[in-house]
Amino acid sequence: MKMKKFAVTSLIFAGAAMTSLSVQAADKVKIATEGAWAPFNFIDDSGTAQGFDVDIAWALCEKMKADCEVVTQDWDGLIPGLKVRKFDAIIASMSITEERLRVVDFTNKYYSGGLRFLGEKGTSFDLDNLDGKVIGAQRATLGAQYLEDNFTGKADLKFYDNQDNVYLDLLAGRLDIILSDELPTYNWLKSSESGEKFEFKGDAFQKNDEIGIAVRKGDKLKAKFDKALEEILADGTYATINAKYFPFSIY
Amino acid sequence: MEFSVVISYFPRLLDGAWVTFQLVLLSIVLGAIFALPIALARISSSPLVRVFPFLYIFFFRGTPLLVQIFLVYYGASQFEVVKESIFWPILREPFWCAIIAFTLNTSAYTAEIFRGAIQAIPVGEVEACKVVGMTRVQMYRRILLPRAFGIVLPAYGNEIILMLKGSALASTITLLDLTGMARTIIARTYTPIEIFLAAGVIYLVISMVIIAIFKQVEKRQNRYLGPINVKVPDKG
Amino acid sequence: MIDLHGFGDQLLQGAIITVELAFASLVVGLILGLLGASAKLSSIKVLQWIANAYTTIIRGIPELLTVLIIYFGATSVLMSVASLFGYDEYIEIGAFTAGVTALGLTFGAYATEVFRGALQSIPKGQHEAATAMGMGKVRKFYRIILPQVWRMALPGLGNLFLVLLKDTALVSVVGLDDIMRKANIAVSTTKEPFLFYSAAACMYLILTIVSMVAVHYMEQKASRGIKRA
Repeated sequence: MKMKKFAVTSLIFAGAAMTSLSVQAADKVKIATEGAWAPFNFIDDSGTAQGFDVDIAWALCEKMKADCEVVTQDWDGLIPGLKVRKFDAIIASMSITEERLRVVDFTNKYYSGGLRFLGEKGTSFDLDNLDGKVIGAQRATLGAQYLEDNFTGKADLKFYDNQDNVYLDLLAGRLDIILSDELPTYNWLKSSESGEKFEFKGDAFQKNDEIGIAVRKGDKLKAKFDKALEEILADGTYATINAKYFPFSIY
Repeated sequence: MEFSVVISYFPRLLDGAWVTFQLVLLSIVLGAIFALPIALARISSSPLVRVFPFLYIFFFRGTPLLVQIFLVYYGASQFEVVKESIFWPILREPFWCAIIAFTLNTSAYTAEIFRGAIQAIPVGEVEACKVVGMTRVQMYRRILLPRAFGIVLPAYGNEIILMLKGSALASTITLLDLTGMARTIIARTYTPIEIFLAAGVIYLVISMVIIAIFKQVEKRQNRYLGPINVKVPDKG
Repeated sequence: MIDLHGFGDQLLQGAIITVELAFASLVVGLILGLLGASAKLSSIKVLQWIANAYTTIIRGIPELLTVLIIYFGATSVLMSVASLFGYDEYIEIGAFTAGVTALGLTFGAYATEVFRGALQSIPKGQHEAATAMGMGKVRKFYRIILPQVWRMALPGLGNLFLVLLKDTALVSVVGLDDIMRKANIAVSTTKEPFLFYSAAACMYLILTIVSMVAVHYMEQKASRGIKRA
């Protein structure tokens, strides 16, 4: 009977669905990153997460002697996912902000950032008069928050699911200006063909922006991560990883 | 659960619902306008005319709306030709890209609904039109299309609800529709469940209103099918 | 296979996930649909009420939102239910499970109507005949009712499956590595949205064609008994 065979195959698929509903072992640490924030975290053509954040994650796990797994999750699902325990830590270049501290805990910083505007070469704009300009940023980032707080009603603001779509729309000409973290944008300007047409506008600001690892409120993991962080900073592991991506210290 | 965030952000959710409303209304109206010629071409007796609407309908019904919206928004803007064309001021705006994708999509579905309705009209009625000497245009305008409209209503109501639900995808191209607004709020409050549930309730209310409206229109349009109140004279 | 800047294999892997997701959701949806239809036709008011609420709510909320709500919300709901039974461990709802649940619920809500129509179309005489021949309720359902319901529901279910196949793309939003997400990742590396979204569209079209052929074959098989010579 064809129907029976069909039912059996379908049941196998349903079974496969159920296996992902598993109970998490206590000593396992599941770390989430975004995978769309080169060179800090990105997904290569074999489907694996790579980048500065991911290297740091593995280095920390080695020091902590923890059984780690790195998963990717879209940016605006990271903190909600952490809250409902889809993973135990976020190492995804996340700035330590007051708003986020209300819902999660952060470790000490593992690097420092800063925001910087970017636009096409040969164009200029006046921050006090942005009428008619379209500014883009990734949703739920420091840049987006800064734009919302300072430029709502003064310019046309557009927020994207991920940074790659911000770049796509900059290239398409839908955006005049983007606001983003300085370091990944620095990388994009340097390393991509399309980056040639664009340049930083003005100096970096919010330089006191510290990037940390987010864990659930009150989780003991925070102390473990902090200790491991000290160790990799002291024994040169951090410097090696840093040098792999940037010719200057980003700590 | 902290449902106080729902109360404080409710006005912004309503702003989003307004964008959703505009998206759905425009796409539905434009979609219906495009759908009619597509449906008529689809039932043409010439195979050469039939093949184009067939492929059009097949493509738009066979691929996800999400792919279509990305193709229009990110795909088209990859080409210099598009960016230098007179259409760029329109294609530049995410709102119009969403309208284009939704209109193309819904017109394919609506065309199939229209075709089904036109074909559902009994042959006898077509023959009757010919017998009384109507031209083709007269036949369509006076008999077939109004009849088809009545037959079409229930399926068309469904299509509008599907469009309402599909419009949530506009949030993936930076539009602040109901879903997009919900996601933007969550980006600051980190309360996905509460805000998404609130948005869900608003969608539900909108679709119930649409259903109620269609029930009324259906009743009016198909009233000739209802019980006929003819006074039968008493037998003397 | 086509290379597509090295992402061809990734897209194919995505296609496998898409197919798995579609079939797993189909199974869940068929079960929910049968249950829903039985509830709607049952004489117990509460069951009718539950089934009506289920179909109304699911059919009025965007599938994207259903996926998001289940992905973020189901864990806390499940855990609070589980803790009532004294189970306090963490329960994980992955993107795949969330997708199967959301798409299964959606399919089930629409399938409820299809099954209801099919169940109602079986003449009362057949029920009576089966009972007269001494069949029990279960045997009657399995031997007489189900095969006929299957035949009459197939066209409707086939359409719903095509809708389901396309809805799988929505689960990419919560990070399931299906065709759509693989295409997104490829776009982010190559900055070639047109190429990869077109490739994705072609893959969905192929899946659609294969499904249509399969449904057609199944319809012929199911209706072989009523064909006239």
